[in-house]
Amino acid sequence: MSTWTDIGPLDAVRRRGARIIKAPGQDLAVFRTIDDQVFALVNACPYRQGPLSEGIVHGTLVTDPLYNWVISLETGEAQGADEGRVDTFPVKVEGGRILLDTSSIYQRQAA
Amino acid sequence: MTQKLVIIGAGMAAGRVLDHLTDAGGDWDITLFNAEPRGTYNRIMLSPVLSGEKTFDEIVTHDDAWYADKGVATKFGVKVTEIDSAAQIVRGDDGSETAYDKLVFATGSNPFIIPMPGHDLDGVVAYRDLEDTEAMMALTEGQKAVVIGGGLLGLEAAAGMAARGVDVTVVHLMGHLMERQLDEPAGYLLRKALVDKGITVKCSANSKQILGENGKVKALQLDDGTELPCDLLCMAVGIRPSIALAQENGLAVGRGIHVDDQMRTSVENIYAVGECVEHNGDIFGLVAPLFDQAKVLAKVLQGEEAEFVNREVSTKLKVTGCDLFSAGDFADGDDREDIVFRDPARGVYKRLVLKEDKIIGAVMYGDTADGNWFYGMIKDGTDVSEMRDTLIFGPAYQGGTAEDPLSAVAALPDDAEICGCNGVCKGDIVKAINAGATDLGAIKATTKASASCGTCSGLVEQVLAVTLGDDFVMPTAEPMCGCTDLTHEDVRLLIKSKELKSMPAVMQELGWKTSCGCHVCRPALNYYLLADWPEDYIDDPQSRFINERKHANIQKDGTYSVVPRMFGGMTTPDELRAIADAADKYNVPTVHVTGGQRIDLLGVKGEDLPAIWKDLNDAGMVSGHAYAKGLRTVKTCVGKDHCRFGTQDSTGLGIKLEKALWGSWTPHKVKLAVSGCPRNCAEATCKDIGVVCVDSGYQIGVAGAAGMDVKETERLADVATEQEVMDLATAFMQIYRENAKYLDRPYKWVAKVGLDWVKEQIVDNVEERNALIERFKISQKIYQKDPWAEEAADKADQYEPIANLVLEAAE
Ligand code: SRM
Ligand SMILES: Cc1cc2nc3c(=O)[nH]c(=O)nc-3n(C[C@H](O)[C@H](O)[C@H](O)COP(=O)(O)OP(=O)(O)OC[C@H]3O[C@@H](n4cnc5c(N)ncnc54)[C@H](O)[C@@H]3O)c2cc1C
Ligand code: SF4
Ligand code: FES
Repeated sequence: MSTWTDIGPLDAVRRRGARIIKAPGQDLAVFRTIDDQVFALVNACPYRQGPLSEGIVHGTLVTDPLYNWVISLETGEAQGADEGRVDTFPVKVEGGRILLDTSSIYQRQAA
Repeated sequence: MTQKLVIIGAGMAAGRVLDHLTDAGGDWDITLFNAEPRGTYNRIMLSPVLSGEKTFDEIVTHDDAWYADKGVATKFGVKVTEIDSAAQIVRGDDGSETAYDKLVFATGSNPFIIPMPGHDLDGVVAYRDLEDTEAMMALTEGQKAVVIGGGLLGLEAAAGMAARGVDVTVVHLMGHLMERQLDEPAGYLLRKALVDKGITVKCSANSKQILGENGKVKALQLDDGTELPCDLLCMAVGIRPSIALAQENGLAVGRGIHVDDQMRTSVENIYAVGECVEHNGDIFGLVAPLFDQAKVLAKVLQGEEAEFVNREVSTKLKVTGCDLFSAGDFADGDDREDIVFRDPARGVYKRLVLKEDKIIGAVMYGDTADGNWFYGMIKDGTDVSEMRDTLIFGPAYQGGTAEDPLSAVAALPDDAEICGCNGVCKGDIVKAINAGATDLGAIKATTKASASCGTCSGLVEQVLAVTLGDDFVMPTAEPMCGCTDLTHEDVRLLIKSKELKSMPAVMQELGWKTSCGCHVCRPALNYYLLADWPEDYIDDPQSRFINERKHANIQKDGTYSVVPRMFGGMTTPDELRAIADAADKYNVPTVHVTGGQRIDLLGVKGEDLPAIWKDLNDAGMVSGHAYAKGLRTVKTCVGKDHCRFGTQDSTGLGIKLEKALWGSWTPHKVKLAVSGCPRNCAEATCKDIGVVCVDSGYQIGVAGAAGMDVKETERLADVATEQEVMDLATAFMQIYRENAKYLDRPYKWVAKVGLDWVKEQIVDNVEERNALIERFKISQKIYQKDPWAEEAADKADQYEPIANLVLEAAE
């Protein structure tokens, strides 16, 4: 079952930017694209854990700020020659607020 | 026995035939017809006549006295209308009949007139002969002219009229001028030069009709409805071989009059020469091959053996004041490749077209000095594979006994590391090549080699060359990134010339293939835009690397380092205390004295940044931009205040320089140093800008390096006063900011444009130097602000997490 949790206003995240969500176990990052889509991923690149929230967002991709891996915001998959995947979480915008499905986060924590 | 020779047309080709025939002293009875009411003149010099640099008399090559002296009967102002090739007679429009033994067509070309409504109005001219030229010369200052056609002739007409103070507009159908010879960025260069002459240029403009009043031209109307008022309209849209007379009289014609290698037409005793002919499918538009034809024809008429071979032609074209050179064949083709060199700052563009290791075409704009050298190689079919890498730089860069760099790479074992950054060995690259990678991009994508610092890309390319052999072509102009096919240089040029002032404008106008760019192009575009349009463009933090977005250096664990500025490497006990306090307060794990004469606080948490900055700001310190493609440090030595060898106040000058230059964004980081004497304790001779004080003043060096490459500075100038140092350093910063490719340090950029050019601009040319300083100041008005203070004041929340689910979970 989904547990939609209000994270904050959409405007708190810059277009083509991201903010960190402190979460149990691991920080997450919520991204906003130029056309106001939002995505939530674990805030760590599969390669050496670079904080993806600090990367450059282009289209629905983000580039790892430390080593330039390019990660899909939609699937969490590394692009190109790189192999790896970041966990993604359901997130949506309603009434200008960002809602994150936190059920799997707490499950992860429990597991 | 005297033979009767009749020539139709007294243009440049006919003139040359006559020169050869009369020199050879053969026994001829010559009659020369010309529809124009005059003999031969140097048609290509009509432009200087138009602009007023020459008189018509000066360009006449054959005057009445000459014809009389050589016994040539002239029928000027008489048009030949009919030929009876059975009776061997020509008839003129004056009713005359002239018999011939040999007949030569030298009818040249006719300007093409678009048959749009109004084309027959009074005041509509072409640009072909003296009458056209005189019509244009009759315009007086302030009158208006429209030129249809942005090719060579149209532009010459425009420039010539503009030189007389006429208000000229050029209307060109294609997207850029001279599209056959120049590509878009170069076309823009030309356009800019013309606009500077006061000419209005409208590209992608389709003419609809010519409007008139009382039978006289009044305006040109474009198909979007725009009306361009004019007193004269010049149509310069191309030429067509003049073949009507030949065709009507049974000669074989295609686009031109068919001739064989002896210039014989399909009809006995009739020859043709010049622009009216078609030889082996080629037609002609420049004089060089026509002169070859004239020589051949003269010999053939004399009964000697000769054959015409169409050779590659070159032209140094001059659109009054713009140097252009073109030679050979430029058409695109799968079997051809281009080598392109551009120097936007100097307005230089060079393009070579290669096919099977030979140059088949060359186009140059701005700097045509090497034109003949390339032309020679085109003619000789020189194999250029040996000098391919430096070919475009011209003969000055050739010669010497360059050893084959490939043999060394070929000899490397498979486990030799090629890319240090990513630990990729030769074997990995070869494997990737065997799996289908054929260029640097593909290697980058599949192995990561050369994807980081890039210093290994040359080696990777050599591995490609060795492995693929002839299948590999060394890349020339690398596009900026996958989002565009344009190079950095192209993009910079287009941003300036098209006045693109926002990122969407760039991406739209230049056809970006992605919706909002990528991490490679966006930081570069952001830089180009803010450097070129400081007052219009709004800096985009989302297009900056994290370090420049968060004004601190990101560490491998995601924390940051904080480096306050210490102007000229000077600090005070108070500053040191404030740094120490901040280190304690924010639990900074590491404090390091940097190689740049200041102190680095490493391991600061992202959320603490605004707070630590505020504390440092309160103690009077600003960001040291240790993270920026901008001014980093100005190192100094203690200088004459303390040191027994010091000649000048090196510390004071360093501080002044840093105070003037800090805050500005640059293509890559910029570091300065000032040493008090040639012992050079501040290491000024390996900086981007380095000053060494001497008894008589200051030695200013630029383009040094001490990172991935180590390079001594080159001397820009020796000056006597601090003010001159400040001026030259500022001007150098700005010229570098305006021209360099993003991520080229000054030494890389100077290697491309040449120190001499830089000197010409900022040392020799005081006006340009001052203009650069002025533009730097305008930019500093906007960008010399402490980002720490700004961020701490109103963007601090961005450094915090948006939400904390840990607390929630605990609740
Ligand atoms: C802090 C410092 C080392 C130190 O503790 O002394 C340093 C640290 C870094 N240098 Fe440096 N460089 C530092 C002085 C130098 C110097 C010496 C100097 O400035 O006199 C050089 C050689 C001189 C030169 O630049 O030509 C130097 C040549 C480089 C290079 C190679 C640049 C090149 O063009 O070849 C890089 C890589 C780059 O910039 O692309 C680099 C990059 C870096 C980065 C930013 C790497 C990165 O992207 O993360 C390092 C950040 C470390 C960190 O986590 O904070 N650093 N670096 C020095 C800061 C000086 C300052 O006060 O601002
Ligand atoms: C403004 C301008 C600038 C140029 N600049 C350059 C340059 O920089 N470099 C370059 O290589 N080339 C240049 N050219 C092109 C060059 O001028 C021509 O290639 C050359 O003049 C062609 O020579 P031609 O003898 O074949 O024809 P023309 O010089 O055109 O002579 C043909 C003559 O035949 C006459 N004629 C035609 N039909 C008849 C008839 N039925 N009876 C009687 N007479 C007839 C015409 O009146 C004309 O005078 C330029 C041309 C122009 C107009
Ligand atoms: S410059 Fe120094 S600190 Fe930076 S990566 Fe290289 S060795 Fe490390
Ligand atoms: S050595 Fe290959 S990218 Fe740096």
